Amino acid sequence: MRAFKQTFWLTLIKLGIFITILSLCLFLFLIFTKGGKVISLSFLFEPPKEGMTKGGIFPALIGTLYLTLGSILFALPIGILAAIYLSEYAKPSVFVSAIRIAIKTLAGVPSIVFGLFGLALFVNFFGFGVSILSGALTLGILILPTIINASEEAIKTVPQDFREAAYALGATKRQTIMKIVLPTALPSVLTGAIISVGRAAGETAPILFTAATFYTRRLPKSILDEIMALPYHIYALMTEGTAPKFQVPIAYGTALVLLLLVLTINLVAIIMRYRIRRKKKW
Amino acid sequence: MVESEILIKELNLWFGNNHILRNITMPINKNKLTAIIGPSGCGKSTLLRCFNRMNDLIEGVKITGSIFIDGKDIYSEKTDVYALRMKVGMVFQKPNPFPKSIFENVSFSLQIKGKLNKQAISQRVEKSLRDAWLWDEVKDRLHTQAFELSGGQQQRLCIARALANDPEILLLDEPTSALDPQSTIKIEELLIELKKTVTIIQVTHNIAQAARISDYTGFIYLGELIEFGPTEKIFTTPKDKRTEEYLTGKFG
Amino acid sequence: MIREKLFKYFSLLAAICAIVFLLSIIVSIFREGLPIFGKVGFLRFLFGKSWHPTQEPAEFGILALIVGSIVVTIGALLIAIPLGVGSAIYLSELAKPQTREILKPFIELLAGIPSVIYGLFGMAFLAPFIMRLFNLNAGLNAFTASIVLGLMVVPIISSISEDAISAVPKSLREAAYALGANKWETIRKVVLPAAKSGIFASIVLGFGRAIGETMVVLMVAGGSAIIPKSIFQPVRPMTSAIAAEMGETVVGSDHYQALFGIAIILFTITFLSNLITEAMKGKVKR
Repeated sequence: MRAFKQTFWLTLIKLGIFITILSLCLFLFLIFTKGGKVISLSFLFEPPKEGMTKGGIFPALIGTLYLTLGSILFALPIGILAAIYLSEYAKPSVFVSAIRIAIKTLAGVPSIVFGLFGLALFVNFFGFGVSILSGALTLGILILPTIINASEEAIKTVPQDFREAAYALGATKRQTIMKIVLPTALPSVLTGAIISVGRAAGETAPILFTAATFYTRRLPKSILDEIMALPYHIYALMTEGTAPKFQVPIAYGTALVLLLLVLTINLVAIIMRYRIRRKKKW
Repeated sequence: MVESEILIKELNLWFGNNHILRNITMPINKNKLTAIIGPSGCGKSTLLRCFNRMNDLIEGVKITGSIFIDGKDIYSEKTDVYALRMKVGMVFQKPNPFPKSIFENVSFSLQIKGKLNKQAISQRVEKSLRDAWLWDEVKDRLHTQAFELSGGQQQRLCIARALANDPEILLLDEPTSALDPQSTIKIEELLIELKKTVTIIQVTHNIAQAARISDYTGFIYLGELIEFGPTEKIFTTPKDKRTEEYLTGKFG
Repeated sequence: MIREKLFKYFSLLAAICAIVFLLSIIVSIFREGLPIFGKVGFLRFLFGKSWHPTQEPAEFGILALIVGSIVVTIGALLIAIPLGVGSAIYLSELAKPQTREILKPFIELLAGIPSVIYGLFGMAFLAPFIMRLFNLNAGLNAFTASIVLGLMVVPIISSISEDAISAVPKSLREAAYALGANKWETIRKVVLPAAKSGIFASIVLGFGRAIGETMVVLMVAGGSAIIPKSIFQPVRPMTSAIAAEMGETVVGSDHYQALFGIAIILFTITFLSNLITEAMKGKVKR
């Protein structure tokens, strides 16, 4: 009886993971095959034509590039500096606890709330309008907690021995951080940054009202222009498109491009992490 | 007694409520090697770290008393701690080179001082590596990673790194306890040579090593300086019973 | 010395940014959304069954939206918990090390897939399929959305549960085996109870993720702001309402404020669920 129970439950569990892996594979298979039919070099590098029924997604690709670049340019310096403060300078206090609570809370805010926040603050209050700037800032704040956490982890991994050696040689705290701690932690910090870039590239809700538009005639000329973006393009094609027969395949194609982009970015991060672990000699 | 311009005077140290160092007064003789011996956990390393104010970095530390170097109290308010640490170098128990090249390690303090040009730095690096008896072994691979060196070589690298500052005093915290016997002998011989130009203060739990290479010895027990004097005298005719018991291996 | 102080204060400033940004978010949504509570009445807003923002006169009751969120979230968890915890058990207790090395990163990689792609999958493939399968009028409904959302949440629950289960000390398992328990009994009576807090934390995290998710429900759940009578009816969760309707409102109008009002409720719910997760994490440490 006991043996039967065990077989029953273990089989159920094995079934469970089988279903999970199968559905995820099915999902990926679908995107790859349906998207693959549409993908070509011209798809990647040409703008949409004929009312979004033909052509490519180049402006969306560029838009996603600008948005993620902008978000990381904003979030990385702030994130690293904040992590430096938290791990090298901060002493336990109510103030520091408040900062940590704020970081955790930020990490849990739904992405649509970020979108509304971006709309209220950047688009309306600051008057940036629906633009790359608004979108990048909103995305930047979205990924900030991840960057702070990854950077703090990386800095904490630097052995105390190195700091001691630097101090004993007459280095100040700032010199020790800038010349020893940070360079040593940098590869891991960058890995965290890369993962955040992947996240920023795939987010739709934060850019819905802050940056994205379905169609622009030309590529953006300034950061105050609105832009197309890959995730938004998928959504728009499916919900605002007037010719589903043509547009659903394009949506699949765009999804495949976005998927490959995100997977590649994450793969780069995983490889970096693996190589860091191997290279570490201390 | 040989002239000493380095003097610990009535030094007390607390970590929180723990009275770690109790009223220590001890002279350090220039260009000699002074060994600090005693059982584990009695404050030897803590005392050593008072010389370059590394204890300041620990939360909740309180220090009273003075350490005079060249007539000036390093615990006075006016002391530039960073300049002090360049004058008083330190080598740690476990070799801790930076994850950088050999060259970058030795030139680190020169880089942060920022005063020398490239050529001067190269010259200093070479001199330091020669003084640490490491030059011949690494001269062809100055730009390879320090971590690729053996344990003994890494420790000599750390010595070279400290010497690059041209320090007056060199502090060594059990520098050979993590090394194999061969490397240990090599470093002991190096120290005997180095003490001619640098004042050396060395913590060691290896009594035989202290007998071999030091000129003066101080015995610390439970945070107090029990006895201090020329090494030969301490080892052959110790005045305090506790010194004698420690030296004959009855405890510690 | 100046450089030292400057550096310290710049980094302090950067750390304060976290608080500043969070406060900005809170202030923004409360500033734009609070007025609607005054105009409609907080209880009527929260529990009103009619969401007709574009009617004359407009009605702003979000109960249907809240129910929509809850239905889809619970549906998602009903799928994600068995599959997620099951996967976690498999990966840490049953799988061979080589299998684990492949499957674990695979599942984690899937956590990084953008939600809009899940939405596409639900809208273009799953919905028509389910429509045919169950002979429905519409494939875009709570049921379909639950499946897609559930699939999306599985990696989260799986990862964190797996960490919790792996963290159970080997000695506990060995004690059980030594007493004659078989593998399943060990898992059920020793390992799972020991990992209880971590698993529960993963579920709360999954809950927060599901209820805050926008694109999947926007594209797959249907969009009908009515309390559903069956799971095969379309619903409009809170996130979906905001995303779908914001584009058509005038800044500062009642509708605009009402959508921010929903954001306030949404923020509060996810904030509370984060609080619970943190409390759980505190328990796990002990």
